[in-house]
Amino acid sequence: MRRAEIAAYAVGLALLLFAPLYVGAYNLSLLGRFLAMGILAMGISLVWGNGGILPLGQGLFFGLGAYAVAIHLKLAALGPGEIPDFMQWNGLQSLPWWWIPFKSGLFALIAALVLPTAVAAGLAWLLFHRRVGGVYFAIITQALVLAATTFIISQQPYTGGFNGLTDFDKGFGFTLADQRTQTGLYFVIVAIVVLTFVAMRWLLDAQFGKLLRAIRDGENRVRFLGYDPAPFKVAAFAIGALLAGMAGALFTLNIGVISPAMIGVMPSIEMVIWVAVGGRESLAGAVMGTLLVNFGKDKISSAFPEAWLYVIGALFVLAVTALPDGLGGLLALFRQPQRDESRKTLVMPRVVSITGDGDETSED
Amino acid sequence: MTELALLLGQAFNGLSVASILLLAALGLALSFGLMGVINMAHGELLMMGGYLTYVVLLVLPHGIGYPVGMIAAFLGTALFGAVLEVSLIRHLYGRPLDTLLATWGVSLVMQQGARSIFGPIGDEVTAPSWLTGSLTVSGGPLAGFDLPFVRLFIIALSAAVLAIIVALIMRTRMGLLVQAVHQDREMAEALGINTRFVDLVVFAIGSGVAGLAGSALALIAPVTPTVGQSYIVYAFLVVILGGLGSLLGTSLAALLVGLFSAGCQIVTSVSTSDVLLLLFVIAFIQIRPRGIVSISSRSLEGS
Repeated sequence: MRRAEIAAYAVGLALLLFAPLYVGAYNLSLLGRFLAMGILAMGISLVWGNGGILPLGQGLFFGLGAYAVAIHLKLAALGPGEIPDFMQWNGLQSLPWWWIPFKSGLFALIAALVLPTAVAAGLAWLLFHRRVGGVYFAIITQALVLAATTFIISQQPYTGGFNGLTDFDKGFGFTLADQRTQTGLYFVIVAIVVLTFVAMRWLLDAQFGKLLRAIRDGENRVRFLGYDPAPFKVAAFAIGALLAGMAGALFTLNIGVISPAMIGVMPSIEMVIWVAVGGRESLAGAVMGTLLVNFGKDKISSAFPEAWLYVIGALFVLAVTALPDGLGGLLALFRQPQRDESRKTLVMPRVVSITGDGDETSED
Repeated sequence: MTELALLLGQAFNGLSVASILLLAALGLALSFGLMGVINMAHGELLMMGGYLTYVVLLVLPHGIGYPVGMIAAFLGTALFGAVLEVSLIRHLYGRPLDTLLATWGVSLVMQQGARSIFGPIGDEVTAPSWLTGSLTVSGGPLAGFDLPFVRLFIIALSAAVLAIIVALIMRTRMGLLVQAVHQDREMAEALGINTRFVDLVVFAIGSGVAGLAGSALALIAPVTPTVGQSYIVYAFLVVILGGLGSLLGTSLAALLVGLFSAGCQIVTSVSTSDVLLLLFVIAFIQIRPRGIVSISSRSLEGS
């Protein structure tokens, strides 16, 4: 079982690494984009699948990361003394003060990670320490992303409004349109996906992950054991936001545009369905669900634009009624005997010590 | 227009927004309080009510058409809500977050369905002649203060619906059962109350009220496939502010949200007032995490 798992990961990684050899430029760009979103999906798997906190506003954190990078790219395309085109159209004379630090690429990258993490931690702390959770928290995150997108649209002179930020040329020393840059970016994304996966896997297997799942399954019991659940939930939510910000930054570099429509209420809740399709508790499932749903969306909405909302609507319903554990759960159905085995070891703890396999947290 | 008239006008706008929010939030609050589920397709029930009214007005003449349309909207959405409860929500009992996602899926299908049938552009429902026009103060310190009949009608409608629901809950046998299930589901079940049936009835009535809200909303703005989306997040905020399915809390919260938005819009833009509203809700939850009216209970889990 364990060997098979490692083999599966090795095959998956090989498929990703050699993708530029067998996938065309367009599909490679899509693959890179969806893999970047897979980073965000791993965050949702942490927050929702393992933490039991349903985040309906991940688009906000994704957007903070994306806009931080987009502002830098917009500034990098300018000559000295110029201001971005949309600011001129809106009658601004000079750069707003908060745009200026983004001239530094390093600052933009740090902001893309720190801003979402800080906003998420602040919000989560305010709510979780007052024991606001469940449906309340989900709705508040959704309201937050709605408020943020209306605000961005209304502040057109400073944010580019409804059209967002686009027309990037150079960034971080590279010409973005160059095919070599895009291929290089693809490998950067694959590397970050792998690193994130390993780090998340470690985190979930560690004490933190176990406590998180314990809080999900019985918050009050954890409280009775002497833990305060709030800091763990805040940390999980902040890490989820960090990953979302990272995904947003890579997404912008890949696609070359960011607008409020890409981070609003609808995209935010779609992000949850990627994870639900793959299997909410599994990291690998989150990434695969993201690839599957997004490639599906790309193919279906180009062939039958009308049908996509029906498909994703049905996916929402199916994913929670028929397949609560996603595709991963479907696979697990074919491994039933091993599940019984693990149950036996739970009843007889001695067996655990003899086989030396004390790992009772099977992720997939 | 005088200062005072402007201020009063804005207060009236707030009251009018509050009455629509109340209609939109009542059904949500009822089923949330009773079953702990949030129906994300509630906004689409609103939309459905609007379209049902529109369809009825295509057939019937205008004088009686609108009242008939309202009744059709109520019955149609109540029936749809009942089907939704039986086919989907009942099976997700005890998994509120999953219900949220599943009903969101339903809302997407309903939106696209409406788009396929009626097209993406809004359909107008013109108000019947007895609702056109407005009360206007022409002189004195309140010169320019204007009260459109349509808005007055919606305020009256939501007050009436609230009164009827309160009466149903306080005065009828069904209402007694609803109270029992609301207070202690397991004990009610143990006493032989068919809690699933109570859930179904409450959900259907809540859906019907959403349909009424949609029908009323159609008088103000054209019905579009996405009309529900624009109101529903505010309705959710009202439910959260109000407290777990308390009708008094929901009413107060609707007033609070309506007046707060209207008040903010005197000084800032609509979008800034949205942001302020959300900050206000988060700040309020710091003081009262369970909303305006919270039911004290000694149970640890759940309510």
